Amino acid sequence: MTANLTSQDIAPGSWTPKRDRAKTVQTIVKIITGSFAAISIFTTIGILLTLIFETFAFFQEIPITQFLTDTRWTPLFSSKQFGIFVLISATVMIAVLSVAVALPLGLLSAICLSEYASPQVRRVLKPVLEILAGVPTVVYGYFALLTVTPFLQLFIPNLQGFNALSAGLVLGVMITPLVASLSEDALHAVPRALKDGAYALGATKRETVVSVVLPAALSGIVSSLILAVSRAVGETMIVTLAAGANPTLGFNPFVPVMTMTAFIVQITAGDAPHGTTAYKTLFAVGMTLFLMTFALNVFSFWFVRRFREKYD
Amino acid sequence: MATNLSSRPTTDTFSKTSNFSANNQRRYTIDKIFKAAAWGATIISVVILAWLLLTILMDGLGTLNWNFIQSFPSRKAERAGIIAALMGTLWVMSLVALLTFPVGVGAGLYLEEFAGDNWFTRLVEVNIGNLAGVPSIIYGLLGLAVFVRVLEPITGGRSVLSGAFTVSLLILPVVIVSTREALRAVPNSMRLAGYALGATRWQVIWSHVLPAALPGILTGMILALSRGVGETASLIAVGAAVYISYTPTGLQSQFSAMPIQIYNWIGRPQDEFHSIAASGIIVLMTVLLLMNAIAIYLRNRFQQES
Repeated sequence: MTANLTSQDIAPGSWTPKRDRAKTVQTIVKIITGSFAAISIFTTIGILLTLIFETFAFFQEIPITQFLTDTRWTPLFSSKQFGIFVLISATVMIAVLSVAVALPLGLLSAICLSEYASPQVRRVLKPVLEILAGVPTVVYGYFALLTVTPFLQLFIPNLQGFNALSAGLVLGVMITPLVASLSEDALHAVPRALKDGAYALGATKRETVVSVVLPAALSGIVSSLILAVSRAVGETMIVTLAAGANPTLGFNPFVPVMTMTAFIVQITAGDAPHGTTAYKTLFAVGMTLFLMTFALNVFSFWFVRRFREKYD
Repeated sequence: MATNLSSRPTTDTFSKTSNFSANNQRRYTIDKIFKAAAWGATIISVVILAWLLLTILMDGLGTLNWNFIQSFPSRKAERAGIIAALMGTLWVMSLVALLTFPVGVGAGLYLEEFAGDNWFTRLVEVNIGNLAGVPSIIYGLLGLAVFVRVLEPITGGRSVLSGAFTVSLLILPVVIVSTREALRAVPNSMRLAGYALGATRWQVIWSHVLPAALPGILTGMILALSRGVGETASLIAVGAAVYISYTPTGLQSQFSAMPIQIYNWIGRPQDEFHSIAASGIIVLMTVLLLMNAIAIYLRNRFQQES
């Protein structure tokens, strides 16, 4: 390359790097993007403040003992009772049902994908799981209420139109992809040498998977499961549509129940004027829900960190 | 599992080995059962997906026609349509895209390129991880308290703007995380070459890193938006209306959204409304499918280039 620079071009003073301007621009960009990053913190603060503020107002009207010990949930009736455990029992029952579906389905699918399926089959199956994960929850709600419930009624005649069973089962299908993909990542991370060692000792494939690969990946699998439970607890549309809106204490999956999320939808879908007890109840229930999912998420992170097997 | 290799086998272990029988036949049988179970579980997932899609197609195709797409909600199922909800979703999601693209990409850029490993970035990181696990209905309550009530003079109450703000906060963690992943995939040699030429960090980012990461960023952005399109619970809490006979006229206008409209139709007792709910689901899923197709196309082009 020949340089066609005349002596004038390279004369001192004809060109100076505009470093100052570039640095000013960079500082401005840094401040703007940094404040964007801070928005996520403000979101958390906003969530905490609104929940705490309104929950505090709620507990000034309703003593916390009543909230924890009442056995009925009737905040909209004239004889108001605020037994949060009525809603919690329904939430827990549906979450347990969904995990009973998602644990075997998700874990076995993960094992199948990471140990048995050929790369070609994997390339087809993974998108199918991704589609299952991307289906809007209101669609699952339709499926649970109008397809699964009538189907189950063929076998269980005394199953009611709204019930916890079909909501729990469909919710389980919804969280299966989450369990499957996170567990598969964990299984995939187990070093090949461990498996080869097991094979060299004469173990069959199942023995290798069950006694070597699964224990090595246990922390990832358990944390994926806890995250799935947290998702199930916070899920709204499936339970609102399929499980009904009838607060009942107990663990009968064949009758309509009301979860915490379903209550929030019921109140907000109607107009809850600001300042009423119903409005405050909304946030007290929201706070309970937030604390439950938050505890589960923190536990899941802690579990991975505490029990992760490191292979270097 | 540390095994003491120097220990010699004792008589005890020998007596154990004498009891040992490989019983291969039984082990192979159990293996086959296990393999069948693993495949069975995977096939069940596929079958359920097929069942779900088939039911919705069978229920909804009959009532899906041009009239349905063009009509406003109605008390009569045969006259009801989805246009108000479709336009509501379009308004809200366009705003969400306008809001989350600069903010999410900016935040991701800051965390990945500008900030070092200090207390602020660590706090933001932990915080984003936690926000991703917060149920969407809680965001709805935040939106109800802050955007609908406190900021009512700006947002106009239960409006397009309130809905867009709420959904933006909801998908922001997803956008930030995917932006960071896209930036991390840009080879470091590119940055170093830029610095060696005397460019500032920002000049390198703007001229080289961002263009290289853009397909990845856009893919993540579209996937995050598609999550927002299907978002129901938080919009119900913010107060998206179900019975609106006009398309949004401005940012402070009341609005409906497709999932809300579908939710409302499913909740009605008449079978006719259930079949138009299925038609609505077909429209919703088509929109989602299109968005995902664009994302996959971008991802594939990106992978071929690098």
